[in-house]
Amino acid sequence: MGNLIAIAVGSAFINNVVLSQFLGICPFLGVSRRVKTAAGMGSAVVFVITLASFVAGLIYQYLLVPLHITYLQTIVFILVIAALVQFVEMFLKKKMKGLYQALGVYLPLITTNCAVLGVVILNVTKSYTILQGVVNGFATAVGFLISIVIMAGIREKIEYNDIPKPFQGMPIVLITAGLMAIAFFGFSGLK
Amino acid sequence: MNKNLKPFINGLITENPTFVLMLGMCPTLAVTTSAVNGLGMGLTTTVVLVMSNIFISLLRKLIPDSVRIPAFIVIIASFVTIVEMLLQAYIPALYAALGIYIPLIVVNCIILGRAEAFASKNPILPSFFDGLGMGLGFTIALTLIGTVRELLGSGMIFGLRVLPSAYQPLTIFILAPGAFFVLAMFVAILNRLRMKQGKPLGKGGNTDALCAGCTNTACRECTKQLNAEKEAE
Repeated sequence: MGNLIAIAVGSAFINNVVLSQFLGICPFLGVSRRVKTAAGMGSAVVFVITLASFVAGLIYQYLLVPLHITYLQTIVFILVIAALVQFVEMFLKKKMKGLYQALGVYLPLITTNCAVLGVVILNVTKSYTILQGVVNGFATAVGFLISIVIMAGIREKIEYNDIPKPFQGMPIVLITAGLMAIAFFGFSGLK
Repeated sequence: MNKNLKPFINGLITENPTFVLMLGMCPTLAVTTSAVNGLGMGLTTTVVLVMSNIFISLLRKLIPDSVRIPAFIVIIASFVTIVEMLLQAYIPALYAALGIYIPLIVVNCIILGRAEAFASKNPILPSFFDGLGMGLGFTIALTLIGTVRELLGSGMIFGLRVLPSAYQPLTIFILAPGAFFVLAMFVAILNRLRMKQGKPLGKGGNTDALCAGCTNTACRECTKQLNAEKEAE
């Protein structure tokens, strides 16, 4: 149990997926204009990463390892993720209308989000069990949710500031991200 | 020949994937802790990009339109796996330095973007040059960022000491925040140059274009979403 908590805190705060591992940078920079959109994207990522960690963990443990084809992991994982996202989208559309309206538009974006593939591969490289993998996936995604919502909050504020022209748009967002990364260093004291 | 050179120059300068299109940000920020790592990542991506462009261009009439994205992903993932094994066998130092970012080349927007936007519509030779130009443009950008970070963060370039040993290294440039700061400065300088020439700001001046530059289905959804958001304002 203590081990699981250590994994969770480590993945969510100390090694924050965006700010220290640089995974999922594209949505972090692209979909963080409004807090509401950012929260929607973040929740969809939490949902997909947790599910993907579980499914990919199962497939790795019970299919790739017994058949000695672990070297195919990259191909298998990316296909599993793409299929999973498709499937989740279809399922939500049919069965859970409310959730689909909240998360639906963000789902197709997630297939090419490197955070999903990154977490799944990290689970394998660190040889986590399936339970540890799911906890790691969930915590990593929560770390993503936290950082993208903070980023969107800051961007809503700085929109009205007088920023030098060459820095408008991308550069100021990158500098904000850098300062956030420095702030997140504070969490390494938790170790 | 000129017809082939055009996509090459296009990828190298006019539409530089990193500084102009702002694609493939994850490896750009993550592995540029030193010039050598940036160069290694850039060249690895170039190899995958060229190979996948050639292959997709070869198969462009065979792949049915409705399943093209999964088909492209399988082709790209296969080449990434091959390159990963080759690196592990022949350049283990680079393999260790790049780590998890090698398999993640699969989800690099540049590769799927070029497959969709160029290789699936053009013959082999232009596709080859397009891949080479885009790949080298990416390599140059990564090496530049890596050089600046290594110089400021440890006083060295390509592992050779350049600044006198009295120089106190600004370690932060090798750590995560430095990546954001250096890229921000590069984009800002580029914006300034464009403003001087009276050209419209590159896509770096406009975050929405992050998605628009990427042509796969996922990003199309993203653009749609952002447009809807704009209208709502």
